[in-house]
Amino acid sequence: MLVSITTTHQPATDLGYLLHKHPDRAQRFEVSTGTAHVFYPEASAQRCTATLLLDVDPIGLVRKAGNTLGQYVNDRPYAASSLLAVAIGKVFGTALRGRCDARPELAETPIPLEIHLPCCPSALAERLFTPLGWTVAVTSQQLDPSFADWGESPYADLRLTGTLRLSDALAQLYVLLPVLDDGKHYWVVADEIDKLLRVGANWLATHPDRELITTRYLAHQGRYAAEALERLTELDDRPAEDAEHAEPPARERSLAQQRRATIVDELRAIGAHRVVDMGCGEGKLLHELVAEPTFTEIVGVEVAAGQLRSAARQVERFADRQRERVSLHQGSVSYADPRIADFDAIVLSEVVEHIDLPRLPALAATVFGAAAPRHVLVTTPNSEYNVRWESLPAGHLRHPDHRFEWTRAELGSWADDICATHGYDVRHVPIGPVDPEVGSPTQLAVFTRRAA
Amino acid sequence: MTKRIAIPDLSLVALVGVTGSGKSSFAREHFAATQILSSDAFRAMVADDENDQSATSDAFDALHYVAGTRLRAGRLTVVDATHVQRDDRAKLVTLAREHDVLPVAVVLDVPLGTLRERNKGHRDLPEHVIRRQHDALRRSIRHLAKEGFRKVHVLSPEDSVSIEYERAYNDKRELTGPFDIIGDVHGCHAELVSLLTKLGYVVSPDTAYHPEGRTAVFVGDLVDRGPDTPGVLRLVMGMVNAGNALCVSGNHEHKLVRALGGKNVKVSHGLAESLAQLSEESEEFRTAAREFMYGLVSHYRLDGGQLVVAHAGLKEEYHGRASARVRSFCLYGETSGETDEYGLPVRYPWADDYRGAATVVYGHTPVPEAEWVNNTICLDTGCVFGGALTAMRWPAKELVSVPAERMYYEPAKPLETPTRAPDVLRIDDVLGARHVDTRLMGKLKIREENAAGALEVMSRFAIAPQWLPYLPPTMAPCATSTMDGMLEHPREAFNAYRSDGVPAVVCEEKHMGSRAVVVLCRDQEVGRRRFGALDGAAGAVYTRTGRAFFHERNGFLDRLRAAANAADLWSTLDSDWVVLDAELLPWSAKADELLKRQYAPVGAAATSALPAAISALEQATARGVDLTGLLAEQRSRLSNARGYVAAYGRYCWPVDGLEGISLAPFTVLAAEGQVHATKPRDWHSALLDRFVAADPALLRSTRRLRVDLADEASVAAGIDWWTELTEAGGEGMVVKPAEPVAGKLVQPGVKCRGREYLRIVYGPDYTEPRHLDRLRQRSLGRKRSLALREYALGIESLSRFVAAEPLWRVHEPVFAVLALESEPVDPRL
Repeated sequence: MLVSITTTHQPATDLGYLLHKHPDRAQRFEVSTGTAHVFYPEASAQRCTATLLLDVDPIGLVRKAGNTLGQYVNDRPYAASSLLAVAIGKVFGTALRGRCDARPELAETPIPLEIHLPCCPSALAERLFTPLGWTVAVTSQQLDPSFADWGESPYADLRLTGTLRLSDALAQLYVLLPVLDDGKHYWVVADEIDKLLRVGANWLATHPDRELITTRYLAHQGRYAAEALERLTELDDRPAEDAEHAEPPARERSLAQQRRATIVDELRAIGAHRVVDMGCGEGKLLHELVAEPTFTEIVGVEVAAGQLRSAARQVERFADRQRERVSLHQGSVSYADPRIADFDAIVLSEVVEHIDLPRLPALAATVFGAAAPRHVLVTTPNSEYNVRWESLPAGHLRHPDHRFEWTRAELGSWADDICATHGYDVRHVPIGPVDPEVGSPTQLAVFTRRAA
Repeated sequence: MTKRIAIPDLSLVALVGVTGSGKSSFAREHFAATQILSSDAFRAMVADDENDQSATSDAFDALHYVAGTRLRAGRLTVVDATHVQRDDRAKLVTLAREHDVLPVAVVLDVPLGTLRERNKGHRDLPEHVIRRQHDALRRSIRHLAKEGFRKVHVLSPEDSVSIEYERAYNDKRELTGPFDIIGDVHGCHAELVSLLTKLGYVVSPDTAYHPEGRTAVFVGDLVDRGPDTPGVLRLVMGMVNAGNALCVSGNHEHKLVRALGGKNVKVSHGLAESLAQLSEESEEFRTAAREFMYGLVSHYRLDGGQLVVAHAGLKEEYHGRASARVRSFCLYGETSGETDEYGLPVRYPWADDYRGAATVVYGHTPVPEAEWVNNTICLDTGCVFGGALTAMRWPAKELVSVPAERMYYEPAKPLETPTRAPDVLRIDDVLGARHVDTRLMGKLKIREENAAGALEVMSRFAIAPQWLPYLPPTMAPCATSTMDGMLEHPREAFNAYRSDGVPAVVCEEKHMGSRAVVVLCRDQEVGRRRFGALDGAAGAVYTRTGRAFFHERNGFLDRLRAAANAADLWSTLDSDWVVLDAELLPWSAKADELLKRQYAPVGAAATSALPAAISALEQATARGVDLTGLLAEQRSRLSNARGYVAAYGRYCWPVDGLEGISLAPFTVLAAEGQVHATKPRDWHSALLDRFVAADPALLRSTRRLRVDLADEASVAAGIDWWTELTEAGGEGMVVKPAEPVAGKLVQPGVKCRGREYLRIVYGPDYTEPRHLDRLRQRSLGRKRSLALREYALGIESLSRFVAAEPLWRVHEPVFAVLALESEPVDPRL
């Protein structure tokens, strides 16, 4: 990967003084990810270009402990990213700080500059560099010319032209290359905040996208980003964006909250005391169930081991008396589970739509057949309602893992089959605002086992 | 004098006696130390002091827990405690009943004077304690039998004792047959005679024998409903008395005995017919019949414990046990206490949960056809209702039946195939740390966390387990080559097999697509019968993690079926289904997202960044700056990058429906009756070539070359073949032993991937010497071990499927393969 910096400020070869690198020599510097080379493809009084070429060691990169890239075949050796930013900081550190003993005034002077990044993540380039006074030229490329239908490459050839102090230009590259790439090759720690504020001192506070830049630069670590933004706000008279929405309109309860509330209400109404939450995820419903003393035995079952660990952490925070009523274990609707047999109720909240249709008979066999609780509560999206969501393209499902979404009639017919096969009766309850035409966004089916 | 005392070999023995009566010495003398649970020892265990009376309650908790654990495992257990109080004994009787074993009391009745003497200088308990215990004991002795002890032995100090272990009535494990197990007869004498004759018995009116010494085993319900209950009884009694048959009691015998004994029973369900028919027999016969039926045991364990016969079946924890509830289960099955619309008891489907190793054969519930459920089978095919009388030959498991001559009795509800739910797998069939028994490698350990990881993949993404008799194993690459510019080279594979003593190998072209397993049935009926499909499916195509390849029915399987018909695979394999291992191409059909998100962007980045670098370096060089080394390097890297782009590009092409899709089958894994995976490679190629030829537009053949490892010219030809193949863009080849290797488990195949192909795996620049040297330090041990274990599990699941073992048994090794796949291994291997 490389970056070239060209000036036409005359004598252009003064660029060598500003960068502290002699135009007639090739120099190499060892950096943690490989070798950085600095050389000058052209160096005349009219025009002078310095190129920083970072030769990344791809194997060392993957082998190095603690790297956050993880892939054996990856673009890191080629695309401009945090690796290049670190190399800029290391090789042009003095220039970045604006120090030049040989040409002190020049260092303070905006000069005509052209920055060339032949392979750079390009999606945000114009948006981020234009406010800083650059003219941005993006030349996009095909992902693979042999496969035109694969679309465009995420990388483009990027040329920035503008008149800026060299130190500012370097500082902007230092901050914005990782931001464009939205990734860091090293673990972000708290002192990155200071680094960001120092390097961005001259321009970041007034950048219209400072929130985005800060969040991405700090690798989406919310705590760090909040602290950095707070400090940035002090540098600027513009209020933080959060403050603009200081008084958000009284928001309605989210659909998920309404869903949980309806489930708890229904469970109470049918007099269930011993309840299984099948597919409990990280334990949000468990949290609400445990708050109600009427639920004397609460079992959370989850197929994903990772989510189950999160749920366990949640349960650990309950009071002793509450915790005694809760147990968790790994399980699956595809396997009959004696541990959940004979309960008052089993809740399957937003579970069925994550199961391939041909596998639903197995779910019916394990839940309605083998476990055979007195009641089963099934919630699932009502696909008819999807047209009411403008952000959801027509024909799309609400979640990438949904295998299907049912209309009210489709849930109804599945439920009727279950009732006929396993001896249950069913009642349907809407969850969320009811639209006269398409119904409610979530549908709940409450099954009750017929008396023998 | 020596007193012989009889103790059932599975029982809970309570020693009863006052402190100092010699219980511990008695126990030590007659039982193994590990069989004895002493209250003193448990007091010491929980409180560091065997005399600490405050610890008694905790000590007994622990003692009862251990006793329960032993009894569950079927181990004789002796409890050494005073047991002079009724409450203490009651707990043991309860414990014995809970585990369906017989409680036995052995009382050491020692005179008070002797006890006082022994107490002195030993425990020195207050004298009133000894006296009180003694009084309690004396009062207890005559109540012991009533309290539930099935045997009570009272011993005095002068008795010298020898213990005789009694075997349970149901323990006939020493009988190895061969057997002919016969379903519910219900007075159908004519059909019984026909069936016995068909089975090869020589039948006379009051007995029958088999010239080859086979033994008939009747599952009970000889009587009621049918036209000739006395005739059936006469014949069976004669056979049993002659030692030619065994018979367990059915519920109808149980009730008939009570009716004949003058008990007030409701005369229904065909009892009236029996009573009427028997009333015409002699008093002598009636008495004999009554005694015969009264003496029938409720279940038998036969043939080393591999076979259990009980009238209504028997769950595993009751095998070999004796208690009222075991008997009730044997006679009536497990009922839920509810009745159905016909007034018949609703039965709990115990067989669905059965996971035992012993085969359970039973009757009781009429079914239209005898069907295996988890290693159990019901032979009651409703003869008296106009069905058939069915027998099963053991150990052949072959069914033999004769149709009923007519309907003798109107069934309470129509005989129809019960709409059986798909075989239900249980969570404890797969979760937890497990050891899977394999025929190739013995017990293979599956770690708990790996099973936990596999559960999600299996539950959320895999197709129905009925269609998943196999998951393909991972394959190790050949040893790392030290040849210039090479990471993998066939010479290493050839050398490895040669040193394993393999005389010849077959090199097979490795297709670069996605691994696919194809299950193909001749028609929907086969899908239903053999794979339990309920939705009319007649096959499946799935990935190496069990995901479906196609989500809609797209005609793929129909094309394969047509090709199989045309190539006449069915008659060649003598099967109407087949499982194939294959590669589905192109790669891009399944890996489209991966290509667009990972592989192509790397190529795009490299081919835009490197030319810019080269041009900058050229300009600088032209100015006289010395950058020749760096320039050469960047040029070489550009050529690597172009090689990388070309490498993945070869495996991508557009598909439209089935247009462009291609399947390369390379192994016939299994078909009815046989696992074929281990057959010589030539056999597979010959059969699959025929299959491929039937639809060359969809199917592609696998190029191959046989290499004789002792012949250097043949080895050289193998290397040339690989070189040519990979230089033309091939992924590489797989080297497999040409014929099965006897007596030694070797890798079933190793892969030698091509130099260009490996750029996709190790990165575009891996061929640069400085990178290659480091990459050569790869360690293959774990991958090889994993490949072998997964192979053994794959052969295991296929073998179990072919043997028509229950679904959970087939699923166990399949799940284990997926679990092993979550072990951390370098994914580049």
